[in-house]
Formats: sequence, C-alpha cells, structure tokens
Amino acid sequence: MRLRILDNGHSLSTKALFALIRTISRQPVLDVVRLVNYRADFYGKPMGRVAQEAMRGPSSWTVGDRELMAAFIAKTSQSPFCLEAHAAVAQRASGDAKSVSAVLSDPGLLHVEEPLRATLLLLGKLTREQTVDADDMRAVLAAGASRQQIEDALAVGFAFHTMTRLADAFAFSVPGSAAFAAGAKYLLARGYR
Amino acid sequence: MSDIQQARTALTTRILEGDGQLPSSGRQAAFHNRGVRGPAGALVDKVARQAWRVRDEDFAAAQATGLNEDQVFEMVVCAAIGQATRQYEAALAALEAATGTE
Repeated sequence: MRLRILDNGHSLSTKALFALIRTISRQPVLDVVRLVNYRADFYGKPMGRVAQEAMRGPSSWTVGDRELMAAFIAKTSQSPFCLEAHAAVAQRASGDAKSVSAVLSDPGLLHVEEPLRATLLLLGKLTREQTVDADDMRAVLAAGASRQQIEDALAVGFAFHTMTRLADAFAFSVPGSAAFAAGAKYLLARGYR
Repeated sequence: MSDIQQARTALTTRILEGDGQLPSSGRQAAFHNRGVRGPAGALVDKVARQAWRVRDEDFAAAQATGLNEDQVFEMVVCAAIGQATRQYEAALAALEAATGTE
C-alpha cells in the first residue's frame, strides 16, 4: 500500500491476529483488513458500525442485493479491489455466481428485476456524477422502490463511496480469487464489525 | 435518529473531533475539501473527485511538505468520508424533494 504504516505499522497483537488469519485461511491478509485494523479507533471501528448497519441491518433489500449494490458501485468507480471483493460476497450470498457476473457485465442491467434495477442505476449515477436530483428519485419510486428502500440503498452508497476511495487512494493490492472467496465467507458469517 | 444516522454521526465526530495527529482544523479542511494548500490539497482533491487516479507521486509530494504517514492517513480518510457525505446528503435532499415528506 502507499503508506508503510498500513502494511506493517500495526500493534504486536494485531500482527499476531494477521498471522492467525494467514494460517487458518491459507490466504494473504487482505489490504482492507490491514486498513481497518490500523489505529482502529480512528477509522476501522466507527466505519465498521456504519458498514454493518448499511449491509446487515434491517432492510427489505437482501444481503445479496446490498452486496450487489456494493459491487456495482465499485465497478462504476473503477475500484478493482472492491469489485472483486463484493462480487464474491454477492455470488456467495445469492448462490448464483453466473447471474451476479452477468449483472456486473451488463451496463443496461436488462436482466435485473425492478425496483433493484432502477436502484442500481441511481447508485451508478450518484457514483459517476457525485450527485442526483429529484427526477432521478422519481424514476426509482416509479419503478416500485419505497422511500425506505432508497434510503437503505443510499446508506450502502455512503459506505462504498468511502471504501472505494480509500481502496484506490491507498492502492490495495488485488489478490487471487481464493483470497476473495475466503474474505466473502468471513463477511457473510461475521459481517463488518 | 435512525441507526445508520447514529453510526454516521459517530464516525464523523470521531474523525473530526477526536484525537489525531493532524489538528482538528486540518481534518475538517480535508473533510470539506476546502483550504488545504499545496500538494496536500491536491491529494485531498484527487481522493474526493478521482480517487482511481491517485498515484504514488501524490503521496510523496504531500509527505515532502513535512506531513508524516499518520497525518496523511488521517487526511485521506477525512477526504474520502467528506466527499461520500456530500454525495449522501445530496441524494437524501433529492429524495426529500421528490417525496415532499419528512
């Protein structure tokens, strides 16, 4: 990563935790894990509570829907680490890897049902243009999304508009698919806290 | 206040008002992408607007102004959360305008 402290500035107990993760998973420690465990009281812990609420809190969107939103934001913002990481979680959550891959390779999202399709397109515009207007919201409401569903999707947006920026700015390395699969298994079992 | 709003408020309060190696005023400036001068300001603006274009040289230039790694870490985190906050709040305002209810 671009700051040495994020690679090896952790406390001894955190380094021991990383060694345990490597031993159990037989995979490298993902850079996002290194980030959230560096001075965790400053960023990792409070951001973990935001992400947990957005991604695993009460919502009529499924966990798979929200992980797909995260992957779609990452794709739109050209963040390879977050795209691979959350595509893997969405695939594992839905049990349908082909459908998730198809969605993420289809700019028009033609095979996605409403109101998820309109919601993903809204998040895509918010990611690209960094703002949206009332007409954009009316389109999502007209597609069948409730106000609460839109608010829940915007919470996912907040979390991943933060995380994709940090992944790109700090230059997270992109490991092989086995490392992301191990990360996906953990995120589905334990969440973001 | 909803749970997500409470969590977001706690996050923002921590990064801007809690202990840090950058003065709170510096973290506020990075968060708002306003008033950070020189190479550090260029890095903050890039993180906010085009994070995928950040390069090693941007970090090196910021650190060459005398900032240590922890200070750059805090600055980048504040810049990212600040811009995500502006996007989130703009979208909530648009939703409010579309529905016209509190």
